[in-house]
Amino acid sequence: MREPIIIFDNVSKSFPLYHPITGGYKNFLFHLPKWIKSLRDSRFEALRDISFEVYNGETFGIIGRNGVGKSTTLGLIAAVLKPTKGRIIVKGRISPLLELGAGFHPELTGRENIMLNGVLMGLLRAEISRKIDEIIEFSELDNFIDQPIRVYSSGMLARLGFSVVAHLAPEILLIDEVLAVGDIQFQKKCIDRMVDFKKKGVTMVFVSHSMRDVEKICDRVMWIDDHTVKKIGDAQEIIDNYSEA
Amino acid sequence: MMKPKAQHYIDLIIVLTQKELKVKYKSSFLGYLWSIGHPLAFALVFWVAFKVVMRIEVENYALFLIAGLFPWQWFSNSINASPTIFLGNASIIKKVNFPRNLMPFTQVFQDMIHFVLATPVIVLFLFIYHKSPSLSWLYGIPVLLIIQFLMTYGISLIVSSTNLFFRDLERLTIIFTTLLFYFTPVIYPETMIPEKYKQFINLNPLSPLMVNWRNLFLSGTLELSYLTISLGYALLSFAIGYLVYRKLSWKFAEVL
Repeated sequence: MREPIIIFDNVSKSFPLYHPITGGYKNFLFHLPKWIKSLRDSRFEALRDISFEVYNGETFGIIGRNGVGKSTTLGLIAAVLKPTKGRIIVKGRISPLLELGAGFHPELTGRENIMLNGVLMGLLRAEISRKIDEIIEFSELDNFIDQPIRVYSSGMLARLGFSVVAHLAPEILLIDEVLAVGDIQFQKKCIDRMVDFKKKGVTMVFVSHSMRDVEKICDRVMWIDDHTVKKIGDAQEIIDNYSEA
Repeated sequence: MMKPKAQHYIDLIIVLTQKELKVKYKSSFLGYLWSIGHPLAFALVFWVAFKVVMRIEVENYALFLIAGLFPWQWFSNSINASPTIFLGNASIIKKVNFPRNLMPFTQVFQDMIHFVLATPVIVLFLFIYHKSPSLSWLYGIPVLLIIQFLMTYGISLIVSSTNLFFRDLERLTIIFTTLLFYFTPVIYPETMIPEKYKQFINLNPLSPLMVNWRNLFLSGTLELSYLTISLGYALLSFAIGYLVYRKLSWKFAEVL
Protein backbone atom coordinates (compact mmCIF):
# COMPACT_ATOMS: atom_id res chain seq x y z
CA MET A 1 0.00 0.00 0.00
CA ARG A 2 2.87 2.37 0.71
CA GLU A 3 3.47 3.45 -2.80
CA PRO A 4 5.33 6.72 -3.38
CA ILE A 5 3.18 9.15 -5.34
CA ILE A 6 5.45 12.19 -5.23
CA ILE A 7 9.18 11.62 -5.56
CA PHE A 8 11.88 14.29 -5.28
CA ASP A 9 15.27 13.00 -6.23
CA ASN A 10 18.14 15.36 -5.34
CA VAL A 11 16.23 18.38 -6.51
CA SER A 12 17.77 21.83 -6.56
CA LYS A 13 16.13 25.00 -7.68
CA SER A 14 17.84 28.31 -8.20
CA PHE A 15 16.52 31.54 -9.57
CA PRO A 16 18.49 34.12 -11.45
CA LEU A 17 18.79 37.29 -9.44
CA TYR A 18 17.76 40.25 -11.48
CA HIS A 19 20.01 43.23 -11.68
CA PRO A 20 18.07 46.21 -12.80
CA ILE A 21 20.21 48.37 -15.02
CA THR A 22 20.76 51.47 -12.98
CA GLY A 23 22.37 54.60 -14.31
CA GLY A 24 20.81 54.35 -17.75
CA TYR A 25 22.03 52.92 -20.98
CA LYS A 26 25.41 54.68 -21.05
CA ASN A 27 26.44 53.11 -17.81
CA PHE A 28 25.00 49.86 -19.10
CA LEU A 29 27.05 49.94 -22.30
CA PHE A 30 30.29 50.80 -20.54
CA HIS A 31 29.90 48.01 -18.03
CA LEU A 32 28.35 45.42 -20.31
CA PRO A 33 30.90 42.62 -19.78
CA LYS A 34 30.78 43.09 -16.03
CA TRP A 35 27.01 43.10 -16.09
CA ILE A 36 26.80 39.89 -18.07
CA LYS A 37 29.23 38.24 -15.72
CA SER A 38 27.29 39.30 -12.65
CA LEU A 39 24.14 38.01 -14.29
CA ARG A 40 25.63 34.61 -14.79
CA ASP A 41 27.21 34.29 -11.37
CA SER A 42 24.52 35.46 -9.08
CA ARG A 43 21.77 32.97 -8.70
CA PHE A 44 19.65 32.58 -5.66
CA GLU A 45 19.45 29.05 -4.44
CA ALA A 46 15.93 28.45 -3.20
CA LEU A 47 16.30 24.72 -2.68
CA ARG A 48 19.47 22.70 -2.41
CA ASP A 49 19.57 19.02 -3.09
CA ILE A 50 16.37 17.91 -1.47
CA SER A 51 15.00 14.38 -1.65
CA PHE A 52 11.79 13.06 -0.21
CA GLU A 53 8.85 10.87 -1.03
CA VAL A 54 5.19 11.31 -0.29
CA TYR A 55 3.17 8.13 -0.11
CA ASN A 56 -0.24 7.39 -1.44
CA GLY A 57 -2.97 8.58 0.92
CA GLU A 58 -0.72 10.27 3.42
CA THR A 59 -0.81 13.82 4.67
CA PHE A 60 2.61 15.32 4.40
CA GLY A 61 3.43 18.53 6.21
CA ILE A 62 6.14 21.02 5.27
CA ILE A 63 7.31 23.39 7.96
CA GLY A 64 10.09 25.91 8.28
CA ARG A 65 10.72 29.61 8.65
CA ASN A 66 9.70 32.23 6.10
CA GLY A 67 11.64 32.15 2.88
CA VAL A 68 13.35 28.79 3.27
CA GLY A 69 11.73 27.28 0.18
CA LYS A 70 8.42 25.78 1.27
CA SER A 71 6.36 27.45 -1.43
CA THR A 72 9.04 26.75 -4.02
CA THR A 73 8.65 23.08 -3.15
CA LEU A 74 4.91 23.29 -3.74
CA GLY A 75 5.54 25.11 -7.02
CA LEU A 76 7.79 22.27 -8.11
CA ILE A 77 5.22 19.64 -7.17
CA ALA A 78 2.52 21.44 -9.14
CA ALA A 79 4.95 21.83 -12.06
CA VAL A 80 4.56 25.59 -12.13
CA LEU A 81 8.35 25.67 -11.71
CA LYS A 82 10.96 23.42 -13.25
CA PRO A 83 13.85 22.07 -11.16
CA THR A 84 17.32 23.33 -12.00
CA LYS A 85 18.78 19.96 -11.07
CA GLY A 86 17.36 16.62 -10.07
CA ARG A 87 14.24 14.68 -10.88
CA ILE A 88 10.64 15.03 -9.81
CA ILE A 89 7.99 12.39 -10.36
CA VAL A 90 4.34 13.01 -9.57
CA LYS A 91 1.81 10.25 -10.20
CA GLY A 92 -1.87 10.93 -10.17
CA ARG A 93 -4.21 13.81 -10.81
CA ILE A 94 -2.73 16.73 -8.97
CA SER A 95 -4.50 19.91 -8.04
CA PRO A 96 -2.81 22.51 -10.21
CA LEU A 97 -3.43 25.21 -7.61
CA LEU A 98 -0.67 26.20 -5.28
CA GLU A 99 -2.81 28.33 -3.13
CA LEU A 100 -6.45 28.56 -2.26
CA GLY A 101 -8.17 31.14 -4.35
CA ALA A 102 -5.39 31.31 -6.89
CA GLY A 103 -6.71 33.04 -9.95
CA PHE A 104 -9.55 34.81 -8.17
CA HIS A 105 -10.33 38.08 -9.87
CA PRO A 106 -11.32 40.97 -7.59
CA GLU A 107 -13.92 42.37 -9.97
CA LEU A 108 -15.86 39.13 -10.34
CA THR A 109 -18.48 37.98 -7.88
CA GLY A 110 -17.97 35.06 -5.54
CA ARG A 111 -20.14 32.87 -7.72
CA GLU A 112 -18.22 33.79 -10.90
CA ASN A 113 -14.93 33.18 -9.13
CA ILE A 114 -16.04 29.71 -8.06
CA MET A 115 -16.55 28.88 -11.73
CA LEU A 116 -13.22 30.40 -12.82
CA ASN A 117 -11.30 28.79 -10.00
CA GLY A 118 -12.95 25.42 -10.50
CA VAL A 119 -12.18 25.28 -14.20
CA LEU A 120 -8.58 26.32 -13.53
CA MET A 121 -8.45 23.39 -11.11
CA GLY A 122 -9.27 21.05 -13.93
CA LEU A 123 -13.03 20.62 -13.62
CA LEU A 124 -15.63 20.98 -16.32
CA ARG A 125 -18.18 23.74 -16.16
CA ALA A 126 -21.00 21.22 -16.00
CA GLU A 127 -19.47 19.54 -12.95
CA ILE A 128 -19.09 22.86 -11.15
CA SER A 129 -22.65 23.90 -11.97
CA ARG A 130 -23.85 20.73 -10.30
CA LYS A 131 -21.91 21.44 -7.14
CA ILE A 132 -22.10 25.21 -6.94
CA ASP A 133 -24.99 25.37 -4.47
CA GLU A 134 -23.21 22.98 -2.17
CA ILE A 135 -20.02 25.06 -2.42
CA ILE A 136 -21.87 28.28 -1.63
CA GLU A 137 -23.62 26.70 1.31
CA PHE A 138 -20.34 25.39 2.71
CA SER A 139 -18.76 28.84 2.40
CA GLU A 140 -21.57 30.44 4.47
CA LEU A 141 -21.11 33.60 2.46
CA ASP A 142 -24.88 33.96 1.89
CA ASN A 143 -25.70 37.28 0.30
CA PHE A 144 -22.10 38.19 -0.34
CA ILE A 145 -21.78 35.46 -2.94
CA ASP A 146 -23.10 37.79 -5.65
CA GLN A 147 -20.86 40.69 -4.67
CA PRO A 148 -17.50 41.31 -6.34
CA ILE A 149 -14.88 39.75 -4.13
CA ARG A 150 -12.92 42.98 -3.81
CA VAL A 151 -15.38 43.83 -1.02
CA TYR A 152 -14.59 40.59 0.84
CA SER A 153 -12.46 40.46 3.95
CA SER A 154 -9.42 38.20 3.84
CA GLY A 155 -11.26 35.70 6.01
CA MET A 156 -14.15 35.60 3.56
CA LEU A 157 -11.74 35.07 0.68
CA ALA A 158 -10.19 32.14 2.50
CA ARG A 159 -13.67 30.70 3.02
CA LEU A 160 -14.46 30.96 -0.64
CA GLY A 161 -11.13 29.45 -1.65
CA PHE A 162 -11.38 26.52 0.71
CA SER A 163 -15.01 25.86 -0.17
CA VAL A 164 -14.08 25.34 -3.79
CA VAL A 165 -11.26 22.96 -2.92
CA ALA A 166 -13.43 21.11 -0.41
CA HIS A 167 -15.85 20.09 -3.14
CA LEU A 168 -13.49 19.08 -5.85
CA ALA A 169 -11.67 15.85 -5.63
CA PRO A 170 -8.11 15.76 -6.87
CA GLU A 171 -5.97 12.79 -5.95
CA ILE A 172 -3.22 15.05 -4.68
CA LEU A 173 -4.05 18.28 -2.93
CA LEU A 174 -1.62 21.10 -2.20
CA ILE A 175 -2.53 23.42 0.62
CA ASP A 176 -0.44 26.45 1.42
CA GLU A 177 -1.17 28.49 4.55
CA VAL A 178 -4.90 28.62 4.41
CA LEU A 179 -6.45 28.47 7.73
CA ALA A 180 -4.64 31.33 9.36
CA VAL A 181 -7.16 34.01 8.42
CA GLY A 182 -10.50 32.28 8.87
CA ASP A 183 -12.42 32.44 12.14
CA ILE A 184 -12.24 29.56 14.60
CA GLN A 185 -15.52 27.96 13.56
CA PHE A 186 -14.48 27.92 9.93
CA GLN A 187 -10.98 26.71 10.73
CA LYS A 188 -12.54 23.79 12.51
CA LYS A 189 -14.79 23.09 9.56
CA CYS A 190 -11.75 23.07 7.25
CA ILE A 191 -9.79 20.73 9.46
CA ASP A 192 -12.81 18.40 9.62
CA ARG A 193 -13.00 18.46 5.88
CA MET A 194 -9.33 17.63 5.55
CA VAL A 195 -9.75 14.73 7.94
CA ASP A 196 -12.58 13.56 5.63
CA PHE A 197 -10.26 13.80 2.66
CA LYS A 198 -7.74 11.78 4.54
CA LYS A 199 -10.25 9.03 5.17
CA LYS A 200 -11.08 9.00 1.47
CA GLY A 201 -7.43 8.44 0.68
CA VAL A 202 -6.59 11.84 -0.79
CA THR A 203 -2.88 12.59 -0.62
CA MET A 204 -2.23 16.03 0.81
CA VAL A 205 0.81 18.25 1.03
CA PHE A 206 0.20 20.81 3.72
CA VAL A 207 2.31 23.90 4.34
CA SER A 208 1.58 25.76 7.53
CA HIS A 209 3.00 27.74 10.39
CA SER A 210 0.33 26.51 12.75
CA MET A 211 1.93 23.59 14.55
CA ARG A 212 -1.44 22.74 16.07
CA ASP A 213 -2.97 22.14 12.63
CA VAL A 214 0.07 20.28 11.37
CA GLU A 215 -0.01 18.08 14.42
CA LYS A 216 -3.69 17.40 13.96
CA ILE A 217 -3.69 16.23 10.37
CA CYS A 218 -0.18 15.37 9.21
CA ASP A 219 1.29 11.88 9.28
CA ARG A 220 4.80 12.88 8.43
CA VAL A 221 6.51 16.22 8.34
CA MET A 222 9.47 17.65 6.49
CA TRP A 223 11.35 20.47 8.14
CA ILE A 224 13.12 22.71 5.68
CA ASP A 225 15.86 24.94 6.99
CA ASP A 226 18.34 27.04 5.07
CA HIS A 227 16.95 25.81 1.71
CA THR A 228 17.58 22.18 2.40
CA VAL A 229 15.94 19.31 4.28
CA LYS A 230 16.75 19.45 7.95
CA LYS A 231 14.64 16.49 9.02
CA ILE A 232 11.90 14.26 7.76
CA GLY A 233 9.92 12.00 9.99
CA ASP A 234 7.01 11.35 12.26
CA ALA A 235 4.91 14.52 12.68
CA GLN A 236 5.05 14.72 16.46
CA GLU A 237 8.77 14.23 16.66
CA ILE A 238 9.65 16.82 14.02
CA ILE A 239 7.24 19.38 15.48
CA ASP A 240 8.82 18.96 18.90
CA ASN A 241 12.29 19.43 17.45
CA TYR A 242 11.19 22.46 15.45
CA SER A 243 9.46 24.12 18.38
CA GLU A 244 12.56 23.77 20.50
CA ALA A 245 14.88 25.17 17.86
CA MET B 1 -19.27 12.62 -26.47
CA MET B 2 -16.17 14.74 -26.58
CA LYS B 3 -12.99 13.68 -24.87
CA PRO B 4 -12.82 15.25 -21.41
CA LYS B 5 -9.49 16.88 -22.17
CA ALA B 6 -10.78 18.70 -25.24
CA GLN B 7 -13.91 19.65 -23.34
CA HIS B 8 -11.80 21.07 -20.54
CA TYR B 9 -9.83 23.20 -23.00
CA ILE B 10 -13.06 24.59 -24.36
CA ASP B 11 -14.34 25.27 -20.86
CA LEU B 12 -11.12 27.06 -19.98
CA ILE B 13 -11.46 29.26 -23.04
CA ILE B 14 -15.10 30.00 -22.22
CA VAL B 15 -14.42 30.87 -18.60
CA LEU B 16 -11.37 33.01 -19.38
CA THR B 17 -13.26 34.83 -22.14
CA GLN B 18 -16.22 35.44 -19.86
CA LYS B 19 -13.86 36.77 -17.24
CA GLU B 20 -12.24 39.20 -19.67
CA LEU B 21 -15.57 40.42 -20.97
CA LYS B 22 -17.09 40.81 -17.53
CA VAL B 23 -14.09 42.64 -16.16
CA LYS B 24 -13.92 44.86 -19.20
CA TYR B 25 -17.54 45.94 -19.11
CA LYS B 26 -18.36 45.79 -15.44
CA SER B 27 -17.61 49.40 -14.73
CA SER B 28 -18.43 50.95 -18.05
CA PHE B 29 -21.91 52.23 -18.76
CA LEU B 30 -21.93 51.85 -22.54
CA GLY B 31 -20.17 48.51 -22.40
CA TYR B 32 -20.22 46.63 -25.65
CA LEU B 33 -21.11 49.75 -27.67
CA TRP B 34 -17.51 50.87 -27.26
CA SER B 35 -16.32 48.09 -29.54
CA ILE B 36 -18.37 49.72 -32.29
CA GLY B 37 -17.93 53.29 -31.13
CA HIS B 38 -14.16 53.19 -31.16
CA PRO B 39 -13.59 52.26 -34.83
CA LEU B 40 -16.49 54.49 -35.84
CA ALA B 41 -14.88 57.45 -34.11
CA PHE B 42 -11.64 56.68 -35.92
CA ALA B 43 -13.51 56.47 -39.21
CA LEU B 44 -14.94 59.92 -38.51
CA VAL B 45 -11.51 61.36 -37.80
CA PHE B 46 -10.03 59.98 -41.02
CA TRP B 47 -13.08 60.98 -43.00
CA VAL B 48 -12.74 64.58 -41.84
CA ALA B 49 -9.00 64.64 -42.45
CA PHE B 50 -8.85 62.89 -45.80
CA LYS B 51 -12.24 63.42 -47.40
CA VAL B 52 -13.28 66.84 -46.15
CA VAL B 53 -9.89 68.51 -45.90
CA MET B 54 -7.59 66.67 -48.28
CA ARG B 55 -10.34 65.62 -50.74
CA ILE B 56 -9.16 62.11 -51.42
CA GLU B 57 -10.57 60.65 -54.66
CA VAL B 58 -12.16 57.49 -53.35
CA GLU B 59 -15.73 56.50 -54.01
CA ASN B 60 -17.93 56.11 -50.89
CA TYR B 61 -15.00 56.94 -48.65
CA ALA B 62 -16.91 56.55 -45.36
CA LEU B 63 -17.93 53.01 -46.27
CA PHE B 64 -14.43 52.33 -47.57
CA LEU B 65 -12.93 53.38 -44.24
CA ILE B 66 -15.30 51.34 -42.12
CA ALA B 67 -14.77 48.17 -44.16
CA GLY B 68 -11.04 48.42 -43.48
CA LEU B 69 -10.97 49.85 -39.97
CA PHE B 70 -13.12 47.20 -38.32
CA PRO B 71 -10.81 44.24 -39.09
CA TRP B 72 -7.78 46.44 -38.41
CA GLN B 73 -9.18 47.34 -35.02
CA TRP B 74 -9.36 43.66 -34.13
CA PHE B 75 -5.71 43.19 -35.03
CA SER B 76 -4.42 46.28 -33.27
CA ASN B 77 -6.53 45.76 -30.13
CA SER B 78 -5.18 42.25 -29.72
CA ILE B 79 -1.57 43.18 -30.37
CA ASN B 80 -1.61 46.28 -28.19
CA ALA B 81 -3.09 44.25 -25.34
CA SER B 82 -0.52 41.47 -25.78
CA PRO B 83 2.40 42.85 -23.74
CA THR B 84 0.30 42.85 -20.57
CA ILE B 85 -1.54 39.55 -21.05
CA PHE B 86 0.87 37.48 -18.97
CA LEU B 87 2.06 40.41 -16.92
CA GLY B 88 -1.47 41.26 -15.81
CA ASN B 89 -2.25 37.67 -14.90
CA ALA B 90 0.84 37.13 -12.78
CA SER B 91 -1.10 35.72 -9.85
CA ILE B 92 -2.65 32.96 -11.94
CA ILE B 93 0.58 32.10 -13.72
CA LYS B 94 2.56 31.84 -10.50
CA LYS B 95 -0.02 29.78 -8.69
CA VAL B 96 -1.76 27.57 -11.21
CA ASN B 97 -0.40 25.09 -13.68
CA PHE B 98 -2.49 25.29 -16.84
CA PRO B 99 -1.81 25.91 -20.52
CA ARG B 100 -0.81 29.56 -20.48
CA ASN B 101 -1.08 29.98 -24.22
CA LEU B 102 -4.83 30.01 -23.66
CA MET B 103 -4.50 33.54 -22.33
CA PRO B 104 -3.34 35.17 -25.57
CA PHE B 105 -5.74 32.84 -27.34
CA THR B 106 -8.59 34.21 -25.26
CA GLN B 107 -7.53 37.79 -25.90
CA VAL B 108 -7.48 37.35 -29.68
CA PHE B 109 -10.68 35.31 -29.60
CA GLN B 110 -12.47 37.95 -27.58
CA ASP B 111 -11.41 40.72 -29.97
CA MET B 112 -12.56 38.55 -32.84
CA ILE B 113 -16.01 38.23 -31.26
CA HIS B 114 -16.18 41.99 -30.96
CA PHE B 115 -15.30 42.32 -34.61
CA VAL B 116 -17.94 39.80 -35.65
CA LEU B 117 -20.54 41.54 -33.52
CA ALA B 118 -19.64 44.83 -35.19
CA THR B 119 -20.19 43.62 -38.76
CA PRO B 120 -23.87 44.65 -38.74
CA VAL B 121 -22.58 48.22 -38.72
CA ILE B 122 -20.77 47.52 -41.99
CA VAL B 123 -24.02 46.12 -43.41
CA LEU B 124 -25.83 49.22 -42.28
CA PHE B 125 -23.33 51.41 -44.11
CA LEU B 126 -23.64 49.24 -47.22
CA PHE B 127 -27.38 49.92 -47.25
CA ILE B 128 -26.80 53.63 -46.73
CA TYR B 129 -24.69 53.58 -49.88
CA HIS B 130 -27.31 51.49 -51.73
CA LYS B 131 -25.26 48.34 -51.73
CA SER B 132 -25.94 44.97 -50.20
CA PRO B 133 -24.03 42.07 -48.65
CA SER B 134 -22.98 39.31 -51.03
CA LEU B 135 -23.45 35.59 -50.82
CA SER B 136 -19.68 35.09 -50.95
CA TRP B 137 -19.51 36.39 -47.36
CA LEU B 138 -20.70 32.96 -46.27
CA TYR B 139 -17.35 31.38 -47.07
CA GLY B 140 -15.22 34.53 -47.36
CA ILE B 141 -15.72 35.74 -43.81
CA PRO B 142 -14.90 32.42 -42.10
CA VAL B 143 -11.79 31.97 -44.25
CA LEU B 144 -10.48 35.46 -43.50
CA LEU B 145 -11.41 35.08 -39.82
CA ILE B 146 -9.26 31.96 -39.57
CA ILE B 147 -6.33 33.56 -41.39
CA GLN B 148 -6.43 36.69 -39.28
CA PHE B 149 -6.90 34.69 -36.09
CA LEU B 150 -3.82 32.56 -36.74
CA MET B 151 -1.73 35.57 -37.71
CA THR B 152 -2.79 37.67 -34.72
CA TYR B 153 -2.50 34.78 -32.26
CA GLY B 154 1.03 34.03 -33.46
CA ILE B 155 2.19 37.62 -33.08
CA SER B 156 0.40 37.88 -29.75
CA LEU B 157 2.25 34.81 -28.45
CA ILE B 158 5.58 36.35 -29.46
CA VAL B 159 4.82 39.75 -27.94
CA SER B 160 3.24 38.51 -24.72
CA SER B 161 5.98 35.95 -24.00
CA THR B 162 8.91 38.15 -24.94
CA ASN B 163 7.63 41.12 -22.99
CA LEU B 164 8.16 39.26 -19.73
CA PHE B 165 11.88 39.24 -20.41
CA PHE B 166 12.18 42.54 -22.23
CA ARG B 167 9.64 44.96 -20.84
CA ASP B 168 10.51 47.79 -23.21
CA LEU B 169 8.60 45.83 -25.80
CA GLU B 170 5.41 47.29 -24.41
CA ARG B 171 6.31 50.76 -25.70
CA LEU B 172 7.69 49.44 -28.95
CA THR B 173 4.50 47.53 -29.69
CA ILE B 174 2.35 50.64 -29.77
CA ILE B 175 4.80 52.45 -32.03
CA PHE B 176 5.00 49.40 -34.23
CA THR B 177 1.25 48.93 -34.68
CA THR B 178 0.79 52.63 -35.41
CA LEU B 179 3.52 52.56 -38.04
CA LEU B 180 2.13 49.39 -39.52
CA PHE B 181 -1.29 50.99 -39.76
CA TYR B 182 -0.05 53.70 -42.10
CA PHE B 183 1.92 51.21 -44.16
CA THR B 184 -1.18 49.09 -44.67
CA PRO B 185 -3.79 50.09 -47.23
CA VAL B 186 -6.59 50.73 -44.76
CA ILE B 187 -7.26 54.44 -45.10
CA TYR B 188 -6.11 54.51 -48.73
CA PRO B 189 -6.65 52.00 -51.55
CA GLU B 190 -3.68 49.89 -52.62
CA THR B 191 -4.06 51.36 -56.12
CA MET B 192 -2.92 54.76 -54.84
CA ILE B 193 0.49 53.47 -53.79
CA PRO B 194 3.12 54.94 -56.14
CA GLU B 195 4.29 52.49 -58.81
CA LYS B 196 7.84 52.13 -57.51
CA TYR B 197 6.67 51.10 -54.02
CA LYS B 198 3.94 48.73 -55.17
CA GLN B 199 6.29 45.80 -55.32
CA PHE B 200 6.78 46.07 -51.56
CA ILE B 201 3.12 45.78 -50.68
CA ASN B 202 3.31 42.07 -49.94
CA LEU B 203 6.21 42.54 -47.55
CA ASN B 204 3.66 43.80 -45.05
CA PRO B 205 1.81 40.71 -43.76
CA LEU B 206 -1.29 42.77 -43.03
CA SER B 207 -1.67 44.33 -46.48
CA PRO B 208 -3.02 41.37 -48.47
CA LEU B 209 -5.34 40.45 -45.62
CA MET B 210 -6.78 43.93 -45.13
CA VAL B 211 -7.26 44.46 -48.87
CA ASN B 212 -9.16 41.19 -49.04
CA TRP B 213 -11.38 42.13 -46.10
CA ARG B 214 -12.31 45.42 -47.72
CA ASN B 215 -12.94 43.91 -51.14
CA LEU B 216 -15.05 41.22 -49.57
CA PHE B 217 -17.19 43.71 -47.68
CA LEU B 218 -17.52 46.21 -50.52
CA SER B 219 -17.92 43.96 -53.55
CA GLY B 220 -17.97 40.38 -52.32
CA THR B 221 -14.70 39.43 -54.03
CA LEU B 222 -11.61 37.68 -52.73
CA GLU B 223 -8.32 37.84 -54.56
CA LEU B 224 -6.72 34.41 -54.58
CA SER B 225 -3.10 35.58 -54.72
CA TYR B 226 -3.60 37.84 -51.70
CA LEU B 227 -5.43 35.03 -49.94
CA THR B 228 -2.54 32.62 -50.45
CA ILE B 229 0.07 35.12 -49.31
CA SER B 230 -1.82 36.04 -46.16
CA LEU B 231 -2.39 32.37 -45.35
CA GLY B 232 1.35 31.80 -45.70
CA TYR B 233 2.07 34.69 -43.33
CA ALA B 234 -0.55 33.40 -40.90
CA LEU B 235 0.97 29.92 -40.73
CA LEU B 236 4.45 31.35 -40.39
CA SER B 237 3.43 33.71 -37.62
CA PHE B 238 1.62 30.94 -35.77
CA ALA B 239 4.60 28.59 -36.06
CA ILE B 240 7.10 31.18 -34.83
CA GLY B 241 4.76 32.31 -32.06
CA TYR B 242 4.29 28.80 -30.83
CA LEU B 243 8.03 28.08 -30.87
CA VAL B 244 8.82 31.25 -28.93
CA TYR B 245 6.12 30.42 -26.40
CA ARG B 246 7.34 26.83 -26.03
CA LYS B 247 10.88 28.02 -25.51
CA LEU B 248 10.03 30.62 -22.88
CA SER B 249 6.89 29.46 -21.09
CA TRP B 250 8.57 27.36 -18.40
CA LYS B 251 10.33 30.46 -17.14
CA PHE B 252 7.18 32.57 -16.83
CA ALA B 253 6.57 31.80 -13.17
CA GLU B 254 10.18 32.73 -12.35
CA VAL B 255 10.26 36.18 -13.87
CA LEU B 256 6.83 37.37 -12.85
